[in-house]
Amino acid sequence: MSILLSDISKNFGTFAALNHINLDVPEGELVALLGPSGCGKTTLLRIIAGLEHTDKGRVIINGQDKTEQTVSQRGIGFVFQHYALFRHMTVFENVAFGLRVKPRKDRPSNDVIAKKVHSLLELVQLDWLHNRYPDQLSGGQRQRIALARALAVEPSVLLLDEPFGALDASVRKDLRQWLRNLHHELHVTSIFVTHDQEEAMEVASRVVVLNHGQIEQQGSPSDIYDHPANAFVSKFIGQTNIFDLDEHDNDWLQTAGLLQPSQQGKIAHVRPHDIIIKKTDNHHTAPATLKDWQHLGALIRIELVKNESNGSDAPVFAEMPNDQFKQLELTKGDKVKLKIRQAHWFH
Amino acid sequence: MHTAAQPLNKDKVVTQQHALQDPIWVRWGLIAIAISFISLFICVPLGLVIFQAFSKGLQAYWSALSNTDTLSAIKLTLLVAVITVPLNTLFGVVSAWAITRFEFKGKSFLTTLIDIPFSVSPVISGFIFVLLFGAEGWFGKILVEHDIKIIFAAPGIILATLFITFPFVARQLIPLMQEMGNQEEEAALSLGASGWKTFFSVTLPNIKWALLYGVLLCNARAMGEFGAVSVVSGHIRGMTNTLPLHVEVSYNDYDVVSAFASASILAALAIVTLILKTALEWKQANR
Repeated sequence: MSILLSDISKNFGTFAALNHINLDVPEGELVALLGPSGCGKTTLLRIIAGLEHTDKGRVIINGQDKTEQTVSQRGIGFVFQHYALFRHMTVFENVAFGLRVKPRKDRPSNDVIAKKVHSLLELVQLDWLHNRYPDQLSGGQRQRIALARALAVEPSVLLLDEPFGALDASVRKDLRQWLRNLHHELHVTSIFVTHDQEEAMEVASRVVVLNHGQIEQQGSPSDIYDHPANAFVSKFIGQTNIFDLDEHDNDWLQTAGLLQPSQQGKIAHVRPHDIIIKKTDNHHTAPATLKDWQHLGALIRIELVKNESNGSDAPVFAEMPNDQFKQLELTKGDKVKLKIRQAHWFH
Repeated sequence: MHTAAQPLNKDKVVTQQHALQDPIWVRWGLIAIAISFISLFICVPLGLVIFQAFSKGLQAYWSALSNTDTLSAIKLTLLVAVITVPLNTLFGVVSAWAITRFEFKGKSFLTTLIDIPFSVSPVISGFIFVLLFGAEGWFGKILVEHDIKIIFAAPGIILATLFITFPFVARQLIPLMQEMGNQEEEAALSLGASGWKTFFSVTLPNIKWALLYGVLLCNARAMGEFGAVSVVSGHIRGMTNTLPLHVEVSYNDYDVVSAFASASILAALAIVTLILKTALEWKQANR
């Protein structure tokens, strides 16, 4: 079901955690709230859940104003970063909890509960653990149980607070994929909070970038990567080289093939993969020195140094496929020429 | 860098080995001191209590315990415990909940207030109640007018014991509940559980061992408190004597068997408390 946030503001004392947030999440989307820590993303999620009150604004879920409702009335599913499983209950009882606490007239019979719990545990592929206790499970298993528990009450929306934040890298990678597949299967409107841009890009169908309690940009992952709305988004999403246009940089950028579009601003953001390294001399390429490189799997990350007019060195980072880099046959300290394909301009 | 660090590391290893392997005479010396200290100051007095209690035979022990004054002291002690322990369990849970789950002004002040009974001398605590409710106290006149007796009566003893034993449950629960955080409760609420349901099916099971432990300590102190109770009781035999007070009064009357027979009950209570406490600690550690 759809979620509509209108003009949400929240202060903690004098600190403005959220500032006039307007957000529309259509039904069935999987949205990432992305931002650095302290940007207000978790607060916003907790406000949607009803775990936190707004100072101002409305929370509307599926056309109904839920602002005044408590968390237990809202019918949302919430998944916590540290799982928050009930430690004294078995996996089965954890998942059954939401069904058992329903008012007597809505409460399913024990048989129905058992059937439902087992089918949810099969959905998260952990039915074989149903009589274990949470502290006997791995982090990834606990988070899947937490998700099954949240889904048991058939929530109208699913909210996940840094769901993979406490897991190690390889488990995190698996679970991201798994969450996306699960969402394809269930189509429940979901919002998850993350500070990891890679995670947001990989899992979500829409990304909302937050900073200082405000929405900086929202759109599809490719939209946000290819057309960052401002310098913050460009810096936060993926790696970027930043050139401040003093005179020297201006000349250097022009020789690198980049002409400054006059009205668009004075700061150029260049993605590492938009920098082409050439060995041979050419009129339109800017000089730099190769300093070092690191293997990132299929890509090579290359550290270059650009000599400034005042004698100091400025680092420039480039990326290219492994085999291309090998063909160049470069060694540390080599003088190379750079060509820049494109840049984003900001004020 | 490496060559410089290596000799240092070696030194460290060598001193560690020394630290773990004290000479035999040091080890046995320390163990002997510990054992003799415990024997002298704990086992001997405890043994003496039992020896004196039975010094005139089982018959005398039994008649000392079944004498009306002793029985009334036991009854009063139980009455005090039955009233104060449940009340302070409730207060303890409520205050621990308030302190760990809500943000409010004066929270650290409240936390400090809870500790006051620990830091004030029990005699002073008793004296406060005399100043409040005694004949010359703040509320003295009103109480006399309405013929309500608090000081030198059971209500005063109960009030003083309530005050003295207030921190035990709260002090056990606060650190535990702080460490647990409130995410499990938030999870229960998000699944549609009511506040009460959340408390009874999520919070209580998580804190039950610490709660029982706090109740046990609270009970031991409620039954064994002397200082504060002594000030407010008035030592009226068969009326306002609790067991600890009865021990003192009997002893002052050179009724050694009665004094030590009553003391043996308190000692037995202490030993049972100790055993239960160890069992609960073990239970908590192996949960």
